[in-house]
Amino acid sequence: MAKQVQQLDRVIIRFAGDSGDGMQLTGDRFTQESAAFGNDLVTFPNFPAEIRAPQGTLPGVSSFQVHFADHDILTAGDAPDVLVAMNPAALKANLADMKPGTAIIVDSHDFNARNLTKAGYEANPLEDGSLAEYVVTVLDLTGMTVEGVKEFGLSRKDAARAKNMFALGLLSWMYGRPTETTIAFLEKRFAKVADIRDANIKAFKTGWNFGETTEAFMVQYEVKPAPMSAGTYRNIAGNLALAYGLVAGGVASGLPIFLGTYPITPASDVLHELSKHKRFGITTFQAEDEIAGVGAALGAAFSGSLGITSTSGPGIALKSETIGLAVMTELPLIIIDVQRGGPSTGLPTKTEQADLLQAMFGRNGEAPVPIIAPQSPGDCFDAAVEATRIAVTYRTPVMLLSDGYLANGSEPWRIPELSELPRIEPNFATEHNHETRSKPDKDGVVSVASDFWPYLRDEETLARPWAIPGTPGLEHRIGGLEKGNGHGNISYDPANHDFMVRTRQAKVDRIADSLPPLEVDDPSAIDGAGARVLVLGWGSTYGPIGAACRRVRKAGGSVAQVHLRHLNPFPKDLGDILKRYDAVMIPEMNLGQLSLLIRAKYLVDVVGYNQVNGMPLKAAELAEAISDLISTTTGDLDAARPSDTSKEPVK
Amino acid sequence: MTTPTIGTADLPFPGLAGVPTNDGPQNRKEYTSDQEVRWCPGCGDYAVLSAVQSFLPELGLRRENIVFISGIGCSSRFPYYLDTYGMHSIHGRAPAIATGIATAREDLSVWVVTGDGDALSIGGNHLIHAKRRNVNLKILLFNNRIYGLTKGQYSPTSEPGKVTKSTPVGSVDFPFNPVSLALGAEATFVARTIDSDRKHLTQVLSAAAAHRGTALVEIYQNCPIFNDGAFDAINNPDTKADAIIPLNQGEPITFGVDGSKGIVRAAGGGVEVVDTADVAPETLLVHDAQNPDPTTAFALSRLTDAGILHQSPIGIFRQVERPTYDDQARAQIKTASEGLDDPMAALANLINGGDTWTIL
Ligand code: SF4
Repeated sequence: MAKQVQQLDRVIIRFAGDSGDGMQLTGDRFTQESAAFGNDLVTFPNFPAEIRAPQGTLPGVSSFQVHFADHDILTAGDAPDVLVAMNPAALKANLADMKPGTAIIVDSHDFNARNLTKAGYEANPLEDGSLAEYVVTVLDLTGMTVEGVKEFGLSRKDAARAKNMFALGLLSWMYGRPTETTIAFLEKRFAKVADIRDANIKAFKTGWNFGETTEAFMVQYEVKPAPMSAGTYRNIAGNLALAYGLVAGGVASGLPIFLGTYPITPASDVLHELSKHKRFGITTFQAEDEIAGVGAALGAAFSGSLGITSTSGPGIALKSETIGLAVMTELPLIIIDVQRGGPSTGLPTKTEQADLLQAMFGRNGEAPVPIIAPQSPGDCFDAAVEATRIAVTYRTPVMLLSDGYLANGSEPWRIPELSELPRIEPNFATEHNHETRSKPDKDGVVSVASDFWPYLRDEETLARPWAIPGTPGLEHRIGGLEKGNGHGNISYDPANHDFMVRTRQAKVDRIADSLPPLEVDDPSAIDGAGARVLVLGWGSTYGPIGAACRRVRKAGGSVAQVHLRHLNPFPKDLGDILKRYDAVMIPEMNLGQLSLLIRAKYLVDVVGYNQVNGMPLKAAELAEAISDLISTTTGDLDAARPSDTSKEPVK
Repeated sequence: MTTPTIGTADLPFPGLAGVPTNDGPQNRKEYTSDQEVRWCPGCGDYAVLSAVQSFLPELGLRRENIVFISGIGCSSRFPYYLDTYGMHSIHGRAPAIATGIATAREDLSVWVVTGDGDALSIGGNHLIHAKRRNVNLKILLFNNRIYGLTKGQYSPTSEPGKVTKSTPVGSVDFPFNPVSLALGAEATFVARTIDSDRKHLTQVLSAAAAHRGTALVEIYQNCPIFNDGAFDAINNPDTKADAIIPLNQGEPITFGVDGSKGIVRAAGGGVEVVDTADVAPETLLVHDAQNPDPTTAFALSRLTDAGILHQSPIGIFRQVERPTYDDQARAQIKTASEGLDDPMAALANLINGGDTWTIL
């Protein structure tokens, strides 16, 4: 049967099912196929904190959204074009995000009284007409899977488990995805259990063939590859890119890595990944608690390793005192906070940006710590290398703020040429750096003795020497008590304390000298007057903010975008840039933490756009808010507004 | 190194294998820093410092390869007075920091100085986990049974009923026995010594240094300011013979004037004190710290009073071999990194792994 092929520029698919249904794997495979095909893409996995929440219930629903396109895109999309719902709960939990006219593919197998009740349905939505405004295809995916794999003699339960591969096969046919990578993947994954391997491959192929032959689907869709700049690409999730970036930081600095950490969602993948790469001289220490994790990392740093600790917000709270010790002892240390919903245990698997002020101020005393934040999954690599550069060069703890969305979301990543890596020079101290002159003796002779002063600073960076144990002649003691300037012995002198507090702050401020100028994205400034409204962001909101700005511009509005990688210190040109605009909006997944810092430092009356629901910002809603701000700023109340609220426009 | 160096009996100090030795003799002056010692007059810490300053040169190590890490408390000022590498860290965390150092660097001799509050209260978690992992650390736990630096509150080793600033009508806390705790935490070397007995202190420190793995040395230390006389029973010439139960490897455990008392196994599974005159000599318990089963060592540890101290075993309770965490962690890295001579190329391989595609 000849099927029609329809061209699309972009599609958003959400796979949703029970947390035991393998939706993350299904989404991940579809993503890999799309990446191999050459689409640009962004993904958004969303899963419950419980490993196996009660089956068939709303809290147990797990979903994976993938947005793929023939052009460059920035977000996983606000609302899906296609929802694949494997049970009643998955349908119910995701329906609110579906716009009228979008497609829903439902596995009817579990739409029985028991599962409908568990999901909170009083009537069967497949029969009561409540889905009339959607394009619904009802299929017994489970039944067809069991039938398709019966030759392997699996139990009914094991056979039914392959239904996710049937669904993947069907969707792969529908969007013309290459299948080789998935078949190769299944062969490897189930290499040790032949019948399960064969059943999954068969289910996948059966799903594909079903699409090709059934009359339920008359149209196949095509989303052409996206033009990308030359290079070798792979699809990568944020935590993996972060781990690779740390390995790269170790190689670039020539330092052995010591990761001291404690398992915590959503940061544990960094530990898992680094523990695989011992061959780079990487030690991973799973400590008894968060405090011991950072303590051991700091000890390793004292002895000449690149000390790293990885955690999420609650772990940072526990590590605060040791981070203060790292500030005082001025040792390199990388602290990774993969932020999640808070406070307290909060929403462990959901994203949030509400640890910025904790990173900035969450210690006793004046304890400045540089802060950097990646803006996309692939950018986690560069952010980790930059954290290494700052930590080693300035002998300071550095806070790296990722978040749950970056950690688990993925995108095509152009694999960097390693010649692009910065040179990071540990410059260990090896010699005395100071001379002490004695008082003249009775004959007026002054004797000069050389010694080592652990707090004598580099004039340019204000960094102190890093003298590691095993270096003869440089034996010294450091600690949490205030240091005398230069010699580093304990000092309770008031003037010295004031001086040292200011010097530690000045050292961190000095990092700004090494930062490149900010990039201001404002197409209207190229051949026009330029925008009067600036949108300033940080971290994982880069995608939604960029997509929102594109919408505004497409509708004829002018808006400038600046995204911060360095949150402490701020880049030197930020103040001047802010003053060029009549209005500045700061969208954040918190109640206005960057807004607070910007207002305090630059006295600019910024407008916050704040959402704290555990989900990424929605570009369409943000575009509305930006347009409103443009209207009030320019006084043009009829200003063009983005009309189509569902699609992310082409740049 | 594929197998840990535990048990390399030909080395005089297997605990220090991998740490470079010094070419010539050293003296205590080299180990004395230029900082003025600031403990109260008469503090037991002075005696321990002096013993350590004399003992370190005997190890024959390169001074730059010795590291002392401490927490917070009176005794934790210790590193400032030794001219080695050192860190005076934060309250309770010294074992964690030292674990990082000892794991990252095989060539360092790493020592932890801590007190009863630092190690057993705020840092209890790190202490027990260091012991079960058996990291190659030597932990000197100065036990004065009081909080000195914060001016005299009861500590986790103070006797029940102790009247202090924070317990005006007597403490209702039950104390830890640091030796029992260490044995329960799977420690491979556990000993107790006394600040005032320099010879014994030095012997125990030598044995600890020779041990590969975590060595816990409890040092009874008098605080003349806030808890004077806590160890009078074992320091007073009149009572000392009855108070100190000496543990000597391979010897029957006897004490008291002219060995009038001894230790035998008790019916309930523990041990008990008897008059040696009342028992056959062969029933006296012969001390064996190297017994792989810690039961007897634990029973001996229970002879120490929880309340006011009247008697206590002094010496090495347990000294057994078990692979250390740090040796094994380094061995895994060594095995994995064999043949890696171009890290940059290996990194390129790593990041180019997975499904890739190239756009020209
Ligand atoms: S308070 Fe006690 S333990 Fe502390 S220095 Fe003084 S005498 Fe020593």
